[in-house]
Amino acid sequence: MTVTLPPYEDVLARYEPVIGLETHVELGTRTKMFCGCPIDFGGQPNTRICPVCLGLPGSLPVANRAAIEATIRIGLALNCTIAPWSRFARKNYFYPDMPKNYQISQYDEPLCVDGWLDVEVEGSLVRVEIERVHLEEDTGKTQHVGGATGRIHGATESLVDYNRAGIPLVEIVTKPVPGTGALAPIVARAYVTELRDVIRSLGVSDVRMEQGSLRCDVNTSLSRPGEEWGTRTETKNVNSLRSVERAVRTEMIRQASVLDAGGKIKQETRHFSEETGDTRPGRSKETATDYRYFPEPDLAPLAPDLEWVASLKAALPELPRVHRKRLQADWGLSDLDMQSVLNAGAVELIEETVAAGASPEGARKWWLGELARRANESGIELVEVGATPAQVAELQRLVDEGKLNDKLARAVLEGVIAGEGSPTEIMTARGLGVVSDTGALTAAVDEAIAANPDVAAKIREGKVAAAGALIGAVMKTTRGQADAKTVRDLIIARLS
Amino acid sequence: MAAISREEVAHLARLSRLAVTEEELDLFAGQLDVILQAVARVGEVVADDIPPTSHSVPLTNVLRDDVEVPCLTPEAALAGAPDVEDGRFRVPRILEEEA
Amino acid sequence: MSDLTRMTAVQLAAAIAGGEASATEVAEAHLDRIAEVDDRVHAFLHVDAEGARAAAREVDERRSAGEPLGPLAGVPVGVKDIVATRGVPTTAGSKILEGWRPPYDATIVERMRAAGLVILGKTNLDEFAMGSSTEYSAYGPSYNPWDLTRIPGGSGGGSAAALAAYEAPLTVGTDTGGSIRQPGAVTGTVGAKPTYGGTSRYGLVAFSSSLDTPGPCARTVEDAALLHSVLAGHDPRDSTSIPQPVPDVVGAARRGATGDLSGVRLGLVREFSGEGAEPGVMAAFRDGLDALTKLGAEVVEVSCPHFQYALPAYYLIAPSECSSNLARFDGVRYGLRVGDDGVKALEEVMSLTREAGFGPEVKRRVIIGTYALSSGYYDAYYGQAQKVRTLITRDFTAAFEQVDVLVSPTTPFVAFPLGSRTSDPYQMYLADLFTIPTNLYGGPAISVPCGLSEGLPVGFQVMAPTLADDRMYRVAAALESAVGTLTPGELS
Repeated sequence: MTVTLPPYEDVLARYEPVIGLETHVELGTRTKMFCGCPIDFGGQPNTRICPVCLGLPGSLPVANRAAIEATIRIGLALNCTIAPWSRFARKNYFYPDMPKNYQISQYDEPLCVDGWLDVEVEGSLVRVEIERVHLEEDTGKTQHVGGATGRIHGATESLVDYNRAGIPLVEIVTKPVPGTGALAPIVARAYVTELRDVIRSLGVSDVRMEQGSLRCDVNTSLSRPGEEWGTRTETKNVNSLRSVERAVRTEMIRQASVLDAGGKIKQETRHFSEETGDTRPGRSKETATDYRYFPEPDLAPLAPDLEWVASLKAALPELPRVHRKRLQADWGLSDLDMQSVLNAGAVELIEETVAAGASPEGARKWWLGELARRANESGIELVEVGATPAQVAELQRLVDEGKLNDKLARAVLEGVIAGEGSPTEIMTARGLGVVSDTGALTAAVDEAIAANPDVAAKIREGKVAAAGALIGAVMKTTRGQADAKTVRDLIIARLS
Repeated sequence: MAAISREEVAHLARLSRLAVTEEELDLFAGQLDVILQAVARVGEVVADDIPPTSHSVPLTNVLRDDVEVPCLTPEAALAGAPDVEDGRFRVPRILEEEA
Repeated sequence: MSDLTRMTAVQLAAAIAGGEASATEVAEAHLDRIAEVDDRVHAFLHVDAEGARAAAREVDERRSAGEPLGPLAGVPVGVKDIVATRGVPTTAGSKILEGWRPPYDATIVERMRAAGLVILGKTNLDEFAMGSSTEYSAYGPSYNPWDLTRIPGGSGGGSAAALAAYEAPLTVGTDTGGSIRQPGAVTGTVGAKPTYGGTSRYGLVAFSSSLDTPGPCARTVEDAALLHSVLAGHDPRDSTSIPQPVPDVVGAARRGATGDLSGVRLGLVREFSGEGAEPGVMAAFRDGLDALTKLGAEVVEVSCPHFQYALPAYYLIAPSECSSNLARFDGVRYGLRVGDDGVKALEEVMSLTREAGFGPEVKRRVIIGTYALSSGYYDAYYGQAQKVRTLITRDFTAAFEQVDVLVSPTTPFVAFPLGSRTSDPYQMYLADLFTIPTNLYGGPAISVPCGLSEGLPVGFQVMAPTLADDRMYRVAAALESAVGTLTPGELS
């Protein structure tokens, strides 16, 4: 049955959204949360496990100090209160990727509570309140085999790899965020972006959504003005910043169409589909899962030393937003221009390119221009395009030095993205450098003059504007590898 | 205090992944009823402002350094596994999505 | 050389160190004894003759090389089959772990190996340490050498029976609600539960995490103290392991053996000195009390009003923790898998596996535990039990301000006949009546023989404050000096 979905603006005319976000961050500690197995990726399956993370009978967990420190720092950066006394708890449920069939997590005594993150959305600050930040262990990876989609439905068997089991995971839960209206999807995206940047600035995680070190579930509900908040749904499988925005938007529209038809929103977990951009229901369960939480008897409570917490707080790096304001001033950009940079996900990239020697304008030109175009075309993030800040800086340097013009630089960039090497190497290998040999240029200029006597005559008469046609001819002869200004000067000199 | 019904026992058995038989259900329901009535005696104690004890030894901040320790070889890890394929633990098809 | 199997650990260690017997001879003598009697006693689930011989050989080589030997080097020991031993089957008395060979040693096993102890094999137990008679072992019960128609206690009946049958001079058990002490009492041997956290749980297949405590079992108090000092000590792999140094339990045992207890105040728990115990048990206990007062101890009656709630609280806390600890046995990574026919889904295979692999007592406790932790029931059951635990702790703390140790019979009944309590689970639970309070408190306690009732051994329990394990060894050794050790008759 096809349902006619209301237009987005229509939804906002009649309903108010409330959103919430639950984010999981894989910490970049050297070892796992409760054992000394190293965390590195790409190893063969089941080669990074020990009795503890495999949950062998008799094994016991011991908490990783670095993971606790990282969690506290995240909490502090999010303005949380660090609990003076906190405990781990067991979350009990059966699933093959969990070796103990319980996850060591935190329940009613999390490490950090009651914080906030201010997020810039279209020029104003939106305060997203943080309910809690807590620490838990990650599960292993299950691969479903035999089905068409690689998902559970239709699979005939599953294969489990526990290399990831036990990696420290920080869970950050917002309080419900009301009052965002039409901007709800953008606020959600901006929050995750800012959160990611904050965590990255702490150096505690790569926070790469595409690699799974930053995972996001989005909660959405609608209510009519003046009424109580509606039933919320949880959307999982949101794997990029773009998807965060899309998921909120399509779920708002879907819920509106259900409510419009007089239906009720079912409290459920839905899955976001990258291909279609909509959400699908997960398998429904009769009742909500009872995890039978109880305090973890194998671990001692945490009572972080106050002086230590204070020293961590004092050593926090500049907040990304504050940092960006400073960059905006350094780069001399307007708010609008800086917002473009932000929207493109280019702040850090430009910063690194400048650090590698480029001017802010030069860096911005490439990242917001050619590279952003390629990213949008391929539907990937700017950081995935395949050029590094150092390479872009080198490219611009070659342009500044006159060795490349814009057109040639673009060709060289193609080679960089294709992985052919550094800009200098590609320029040399492909012979793309600006021709600076005056002799060869003069010859080309003379050829062009000879082939276009009428144009030449006009120039002799003083109509230098006519030089354009000759420049074009020379550029053609030199396959674009001449500096246009140099050619022009030569032509005029030749004909005066 | 409440007795425990056969249905509740069946529900709990499902939750704990125990495929109890009909005979066991009958037997357990009776036995568990006796046990639960006995243990419910803890409710006789007035303990509203008493803090619970989950550890008899009051330790805090028992932590380890972020230092690598040798892992099991995959052979050791997989030894004893009922079914292995491609270096991974093989299980039959899973019905429920993760919670 | 007189029968090596009748010697104490102290005597054996001295004989080996002095060159009168080799560790290999000692090991062989015990392996022979096991072969001779274990078909009737069934104390052992697995005998590791090869491993024992290799360990004994190593002790002999080190002695020949003039290297220094520890105080128990070359002494044989049996280990309760709930403790992980690398490469040697560890079943926890359950079908679900049949054939599982751990890829690692428990910390207490590492310590014993380092001390030169010779591990003979793994001893029988109630499945996953849940029980008071060893009748719930999936591999058949063990039998009491005093009377083979009777139970040797539980859950560590195999460890106790092995001692009483002279199959080993030392064994290791685990005590969660009395599983070392009660078998000790009904077999006329010594069983000690250290302070919780005093011995590492790393490698102990977990039953009730906040209560499980590995401990020594022996035929004499000094032997138990020596094994205690090998097993105990901080372990960084166990977050509940206490950092304090091990008290001088051996020194305390030797001091107690001089028979002077002047100045020691014994607290007689009023709630445990009347009803609940068989008259013969109470009589033997009072004899023990008299013997101690003759040695100079003073008896003070103390009241511990919340001890009556200890049994109910325990049978909420332990099942709750075990329902979670046993969730990992699902047929995925090790152990039994049942029902995988290529059609059934994983959830069903897991359920069939656990149904087939767990015995009835384990199932009962998993179900009770799941119930007690359920939302809606948590506060009334598990949560409330943890509060009762606080009150029991306060009873102990208050009592220890008046006295140095608490005393009681170890268990209300002498060894009961096999099959006499298996149809009524709660009747079985009552065997733990006197042992459980100290588990909830976390303090150390020991059972030492004090006499006989109708020809069967009675155990005397001494409970000490947490970290004061030495205190209980002193009193126990003093009692032993007065009463002597008990010797069962020859096995029929």
